[in-house]
Amino acid sequence: MQLTLWTYEGPPHVGAMRIAASMHGVHYVLHAPQGDTYADLLFTMIERRGQRPPVTYTTFQARDLGGDTAELVKRHVREAVDRFQPDALLVGESCTAELIQDQPGALAQGMELTMPVVNLELPAYSKKENWGAAETFYQLIRNLLKAQVPTDINHDPKAWQQEGRRPRVNLLGPSLLGFRCRDDVLEVQKLLTLHGIDVGVVAPLGAGVEDLKRIPDADLNVCLYPEVAESTCSWLERNFGIPFSRTVPIGVGATHDFLVEVHSLLGMEAPAPDEGYKRSRLPWYSESVDSTYLTGKRVFIFGDGSHALAAARICSEELGFTVVGLGTYSREMARPVRAAAKALGLEALICDDYLEVEAAMAEAAPELVLGTQMERHSAKRLGIPCSVISTPMHVQDVPARMSPQMGWEGANVIFDDWVHPLMMGLEEHLIGMFRHDFEFVDGHQSHLGHAGGAGAADSSALSDIPVEGDGALHWTADGEAELKKIPFFVRGKVRRNTEAYARDTGCREISSETLYDAKAHFKA
Amino acid sequence: MAGPTLLKESGPREVFCGLTSIVWLHRRMPDAFFLVVGSRTCAHLIQSAAGVMIFAEPRFGTAILSERDLAGLADAHDELDRVCKELLQRRPEIRTLFLVGSCPSEVIKLDLARAAERLNEELSGRVRVVNYSGSGIETTFTQGEDGALAALVPLLPASDERQLLLVGTLADAVEDRQMHLFKRMGIETIHSLPPRQSTDLPGVGAGTTVLLTQPFLTETARLLSNRGATVLTAPFPLGAEGSRRWMEAAADDFHLPNERVAAVLDPLMKRAESALARHRAVLEGKRIFLLPESQLELPLARFLQRECGMELVEVGTPYLNREQMAAELALLPDDVPVMEGQHVEQQLDRVRASQPDLVVCGMGLANPLEAEGIATKWSIELVFSPIHGIDQAGDLAELFSRPLHRRQLIRPGLHPSNPDTPVHA
Ligand code: SF4
Ligand code: SF4
Repeated sequence: MQLTLWTYEGPPHVGAMRIAASMHGVHYVLHAPQGDTYADLLFTMIERRGQRPPVTYTTFQARDLGGDTAELVKRHVREAVDRFQPDALLVGESCTAELIQDQPGALAQGMELTMPVVNLELPAYSKKENWGAAETFYQLIRNLLKAQVPTDINHDPKAWQQEGRRPRVNLLGPSLLGFRCRDDVLEVQKLLTLHGIDVGVVAPLGAGVEDLKRIPDADLNVCLYPEVAESTCSWLERNFGIPFSRTVPIGVGATHDFLVEVHSLLGMEAPAPDEGYKRSRLPWYSESVDSTYLTGKRVFIFGDGSHALAAARICSEELGFTVVGLGTYSREMARPVRAAAKALGLEALICDDYLEVEAAMAEAAPELVLGTQMERHSAKRLGIPCSVISTPMHVQDVPARMSPQMGWEGANVIFDDWVHPLMMGLEEHLIGMFRHDFEFVDGHQSHLGHAGGAGAADSSALSDIPVEGDGALHWTADGEAELKKIPFFVRGKVRRNTEAYARDTGCREISSETLYDAKAHFKA
Repeated sequence: MAGPTLLKESGPREVFCGLTSIVWLHRRMPDAFFLVVGSRTCAHLIQSAAGVMIFAEPRFGTAILSERDLAGLADAHDELDRVCKELLQRRPEIRTLFLVGSCPSEVIKLDLARAAERLNEELSGRVRVVNYSGSGIETTFTQGEDGALAALVPLLPASDERQLLLVGTLADAVEDRQMHLFKRMGIETIHSLPPRQSTDLPGVGAGTTVLLTQPFLTETARLLSNRGATVLTAPFPLGAEGSRRWMEAAADDFHLPNERVAAVLDPLMKRAESALARHRAVLEGKRIFLLPESQLELPLARFLQRECGMELVEVGTPYLNREQMAAELALLPDDVPVMEGQHVEQQLDRVRASQPDLVVCGMGLANPLEAEGIATKWSIELVFSPIHGIDQAGDLAELFSRPLHRRQLIRPGLHPSNPDTPVHA
């Protein structure tokens, strides 16, 4: 049993719903208790869709449990097929149905339906949403394409050259309830078109069963969201010989690497290295003097594997931040995240326990948190500015305006969104100099238009003076007064450093002098 | 036979489970914590419903069952104890811990009542641990509140004091207002369940008269009457008429002089009438279809028909307690179909066929119906808004007139060529 205040991912059947709802012509019969239809809201409210998700729930109740629940499943399969006439049917269980073991998938397969029926086995007590989405996408494609699998693989990603046509790639992975997939697809499509590369199938988002059957016609698969599409891409590679790109084009550097990778896999000449500089505004915005104060800002990053990795690179290589914490809840992505953290001199936090993430965040005492909807809670508690970079998300992260994360425009969006919560340069200087203002008080961020926004210092757990800190240490009045003079967004870190220094040097009282000693010690 | 036509339907349902009640109960009793014992689905449900609010200190959580818990139930009990202690350590200010059962915990028959007992012994006095079920297989949406309140009933101290007990969650301001009015009518002692602090439980006994503020409290009402209280049957306090009859039921029970009651209520009725007029102008003659969600549908339909002049196409309810609803049923027009239960697809067919002017439905259906060109009022808002009492009649009507009013405002601008044919999302 795990105490969970917030969960980073939903159960695996929600991942399966994401696949079905992203596509058309695919219907999902879900054996689930009355009440699990709440998941419809994710699509109708968060994604603001004007259609119901293509899901028929059996919605059994306690009184059905005594009776024939298997018959109930069959009735719903029949009704769903008659009413919606899908091109393919997914059948699976939610966590409660898994306990009563009706084997709905097998039941449906025994009903002699005319369309392909995919039996989903998604273990709800050990796997989660993204796994469920990946597994569903994989099973669906495997089912639809297994008849087409060639006996000997002779796929050549450069065949387009002989055939005298433009190269063609599939974009795999974008889905509803993914982070900004809608606009990422548009941006990547634009990016590829600019380089004379056509997009064949985009899936699951917007694809139908016929589209999936066209997947083998492409020269290359672009795996935009490995959490959803990696297992499918590698199956297509193994069985059809279609290679796939591994770089996720989030950030200027990553977008460039992505283009280089795609070009070289397709046998094309790589684009000029200064393209990112010319086509995205992030590079110049970040170089311009106004951004100098961003240098060394301490950032804590947490999210799904792909977005956390991308953020780490952007922060350290493109924005000049110092990454002080990096982690992910995607266990499948633990290895690359660990490697990235190591390169930054950090140990990666691989966990899905919100409390542990919050503790690590507090420990790292960052000036900015880039995380998920959940990190907004902890950041609020700790009084740290925060921006959302990954799912889980809420309705405000499915905006009306064009807001990709990928490609050149994605980098522009990222620059604005990640810098916005930080205090602007001038205000930062003035608050450091004059701390007695009646309006611009400690922790106030006037550009956010309200008294302090996410970073209100009054409630900042990190920057507060320890009243009765750790038993062995004592802050003198003059030490505390000196600490208060440190700008609020680094105060937490200074406090920790000073206490660590005091402990190391065996000093029990912390005065203003200790604080300066520590400062010199750590800066040296 | 005169009166509404009572029908039943079964099939796929589109409703919340009782766990959802945590979303408002945690605000009503900020010193309580709601720990769901269930799966990741349950955790996901609550956070999807409440996650848009940002919490510095969450007041609900889920003990997620793992494969190991499913394999050995004995361990599950130890695990639950460990999780509860961990939680209480982190949040020492919690006074009442609700262990909330879910579908998975009910299906594997995890005995949460015993767990609550065991923890109560161990924590002796510091925290009270109670248990109820919010599972989808047993409860629909607001029935979760019934479960939570019913779990508190045995903890109420015995008291023979003559008192009025208002049962069911009310918005703070509405509660204050009702109490004030009852006092002016001459009822001295009034308490409410749930209280604002979970430790502040009212007494109950032979002198207690219970007035239900909400229609979904079947079990709570039963347990209160088992403890000697008199539970009144009256229309529910929605709309001016319903609220008046509801208050008069209490006044009767306390033998208050009619003139005094009228002196308090008459001016309110006058005011409500003028507050309603504006919305009645929008709603009158419009046809409304209510889908099952909260059990508030009957009183709402009665209010919309009698006070706002709407025509009822169908009134759905997830569950019909005929005894408690007798007064409401009596006020509904003859031959209106009252549908208990649901086959959501067939019900939607009926919605489409009857093309009502307004559909009251859950959020899973609201945007899709709007995209088909059918105006909706999403029903969850009704349990989150101060809608009870004579003074709130205008506000309640506004919740229904607003979507229609909004259409009038924006449709011509958004569909300049033909405002009647919507462009689908
Ligand atoms: S305005 Fe304040 S609270 Fe709102 S997103 Fe920006 S920083 Fe956060
Ligand atoms: S319907 Fe059952 S399984 Fe689903 S969220 Fe509610 S209690 Fe949990």
